[in-house]
Amino acid sequence: METLIIMLIGILVAVATYLILSRNIIRIILGTAVFSHAVHLLILTMGDLKKGNVPLLKEADAPYADALPQALILTAIVISFAVTAFILVLAYRTYQDVGTDDLDELRGARDE
Amino acid sequence: MFSINLVILIPFIVAALIPFSYRRFKKVHLGWIVLIVPVVLFVLLARLIPSLASGKTYVHTYEWIPSLDFNFTTYLDGLSMIFALLITGVGSLVILYSIFYLSSKESLQHFYCYLLLFMGAMLGVVFSDNLMVLYVFWELTSVSSFLLIAFWNHRKASRQGAQKAMLITVSGGIAMLVGFIMLHTMTGSFSIREIIASVSEFSDHDLFIPAMILILLGAFTKSAQFPFHIWLPDAMEAPTPVSAYLHSATMVKAGIYLVARFTPVFGADEVWFWVVSMVGMITLFWGSFNAVKQTDLKALLAFSTISQLGLIMSLLGLGSIALQFGYSADSVLYTQATFAALFHLINHSTFKGALFMVVGILDHELGTRDVRRLGGLMTLMPFTFTIALIGSLSMAGLPPFNGFLSKEMFFAATVHIMEVDIFSLPSLGLIFPVVAWIASIFTFVYCMIIIFKAFLGKPQQEKLDKPIHEAPIGMLISPMILVALVVGIFFFPNLLGQYILQPAMSSIYPTFGDAADLTPKISAWHGIKPELLMTIAVIIVGAILFKFLKLWKPIYGLFSSRFTFNVLYFNFLASSVSKSNLVTNRYMNGLLRHYLLYIFIFFIVTVGGYLLYFKAFSFDISTNASFRVYEVCLVAIMAVAALSMLFAKSRITATLLNGVLGYSIAIFFVIFRAPDLALTQLVVESVTTVLFLLAFSHLPDWKKEKLSKGTKLINGIISVAVGLVVVIVGLSVVDFNLYDPISSYFEDAYELAGGANIVNAILGDFRGFDTMLEVVVLFIAGLGVYSMIKLRVKKEDENIEDQ
Repeated sequence: METLIIMLIGILVAVATYLILSRNIIRIILGTAVFSHAVHLLILTMGDLKKGNVPLLKEADAPYADALPQALILTAIVISFAVTAFILVLAYRTYQDVGTDDLDELRGARDE
Repeated sequence: MFSINLVILIPFIVAALIPFSYRRFKKVHLGWIVLIVPVVLFVLLARLIPSLASGKTYVHTYEWIPSLDFNFTTYLDGLSMIFALLITGVGSLVILYSIFYLSSKESLQHFYCYLLLFMGAMLGVVFSDNLMVLYVFWELTSVSSFLLIAFWNHRKASRQGAQKAMLITVSGGIAMLVGFIMLHTMTGSFSIREIIASVSEFSDHDLFIPAMILILLGAFTKSAQFPFHIWLPDAMEAPTPVSAYLHSATMVKAGIYLVARFTPVFGADEVWFWVVSMVGMITLFWGSFNAVKQTDLKALLAFSTISQLGLIMSLLGLGSIALQFGYSADSVLYTQATFAALFHLINHSTFKGALFMVVGILDHELGTRDVRRLGGLMTLMPFTFTIALIGSLSMAGLPPFNGFLSKEMFFAATVHIMEVDIFSLPSLGLIFPVVAWIASIFTFVYCMIIIFKAFLGKPQQEKLDKPIHEAPIGMLISPMILVALVVGIFFFPNLLGQYILQPAMSSIYPTFGDAADLTPKISAWHGIKPELLMTIAVIIVGAILFKFLKLWKPIYGLFSSRFTFNVLYFNFLASSVSKSNLVTNRYMNGLLRHYLLYIFIFFIVTVGGYLLYFKAFSFDISTNASFRVYEVCLVAIMAVAALSMLFAKSRITATLLNGVLGYSIAIFFVIFRAPDLALTQLVVESVTTVLFLLAFSHLPDWKKEKLSKGTKLINGIISVAVGLVVVIVGLSVVDFNLYDPISSYFEDAYELAGGANIVNAILGDFRGFDTMLEVVVLFIAGLGVYSMIKLRVKKEDENIEDQ
């Protein structure tokens, strides 16, 4: 199972990298979103998969699945959501002011 | 008993207090308050003179980073005492003088803050026993010097002078730091005293000579030795009290201090002897030779300072030869050069300080320091003239002033060195008296320029903006005290010799037994000896040269102005700026894709390269959990969805595919026993998708990207490589079980935190602080989103108003 998931993570990371290297802002934002999916899976996989029950003390018996990666991912999901929202609005504002969503056209003047 | 560490800290503390309290002293000139600091420190230190004279030393240690051998250890001995007295004594006089020199309209709080900063740093340099601490203080003096030179920072020349001084002294300082580290590598200690005690075992070490040269570089740049002297004339852009204090009496002597301090370490080496004495001799000659052609009195004094520093430096070099012979009646003769160096160090501070203050008076009262516009000031400024006369004659080496005594000792030392029969001195030794004598002639000439051109002759009122008048008494007090010392030292030199110089001699020659033997009796008259004849010849030839100055001055025109060290410095500076621009512009080209490529390539090379190099890749399928068919289906769906994103024709498709990924991960979270994650992921993914769709209504349609095949290929290769590296790292790490997982600790969540849901307990309790910061991040992002939308509205309003 772990090997399978890690392969999937590899595909996700490669796709995300390719998207991030684009010129279009939306593609880049999508790239970061895919990237965070990959990272979440990676963190979870590092804590071993399917090695225990749901980490709810009253509901299930030991052994429990590793709760620490889960807590980390929970934080990461929220943060990546905040970042995605922020750059989306940034892209929107940039387009409003500058009139393009192409990064090569957004490139600053040389003397700046 | 007060601690010496405190002496260093007091100026810093007061400097730190000034910005908060200077507003309270609106009615009083801030200088009066600041003056208390050096006066108190001077008195405190002066009280220790008798016990130092009896051979006592004081060591205080405050442990700073003992694990790295960095300790704030102060060491008060004869050598540091001389410098400390100069720093606090001249410091007091300079601050007193500055009260009348700087009007209350200047930003005095900055000036005195920097000055105290310097004072503390300089005391730190001379008192520190630990080399690393010494280095920190050393650089602090460079920084405070930079701030003081650029005090009038609206002037371009001030800023340039400050930059030049900073660049040269700091690069020397870094060389010195490397030298210190080499010393530590050799001896295993950062303490100067320990290094002196053990260094004889290391004189054959490979690093011995490099360490010596690097440390000398630090000393030479700081003490404005040839060819690093070019910063000192430009540093004269500083207010005159600063020039008198930092750039003649104290900071530029830090290099002298360093050389004197390290004489017991390196002095017994031939390289040390030749480098120190020859650099000093060249500087002595070059400084005095160039001083003659200056028309700005302050520039003249700057070159004169360079020359005098060279004199002291060469004397220290000559004195180091005594270490060759060990302690005997003969070698004591050679230590007199070092004695003369220390003696001249004090004398120079007295007469040069007074002269700088005189030039400051002229500048302040008459509005110029140009010798061509001055003249005939003798009768109109009698006090100033007297001070200038005494200072100049002492500098020229005439009796009855202290400069005569040390100059004679200098000549005597150069004559003695010819008698030494090692280091091929019998053939080369003649250089020393000859160069010393020629340089002294030029010294005599420029001293006469100060007296005759500025003060004698006809007054040239028409060339001055202000009427000629005597300076206020406040500005005269400090230089008067200094010239009183000039005369006083001439008549009672042995008092100084016994109480101040003798303990310093035993710090420079710790192996030489009784310091009293190293202290010659200074006398003005010691029969007709070569040194006296040399002085007389200097006066005669100097007078003739001064008389016919106009005839031979054109020789300065022979030196091309295109090949000076200044031009070299400026070219180096300009080309390093343009070259760095060229390099930076090449890779910082404003294209985000390139920057990201750097990051990805770096990741591939370092992480992938590391795994490859150390063969760290491990892969073991046996520990894997089992999988079912539907799980494989899910993985396949995600892989297909991800890959299809690359080829999505519309942005809506791409976003929905991203949604597929998100929801599939939520299902995986369920499979992997993480219900909280699954819930959160579902909510967040829905909101994100909505957010994307919302943004699309304001963004242009997805244009087909026009990328060249090459670009696409590079992007593809990089992406696949990044993915591969992540897979390899993931496979290697997943079986890494060297340490027990810490998760079992959290399984006591119910006992420890009262929560049955472990994940929630971690977030809300064990790592509650992290969660709070996470909320802060969310809050800031929300603020950013809100303000970005809000700002636009305002701007549009303005535009409407403009129309």
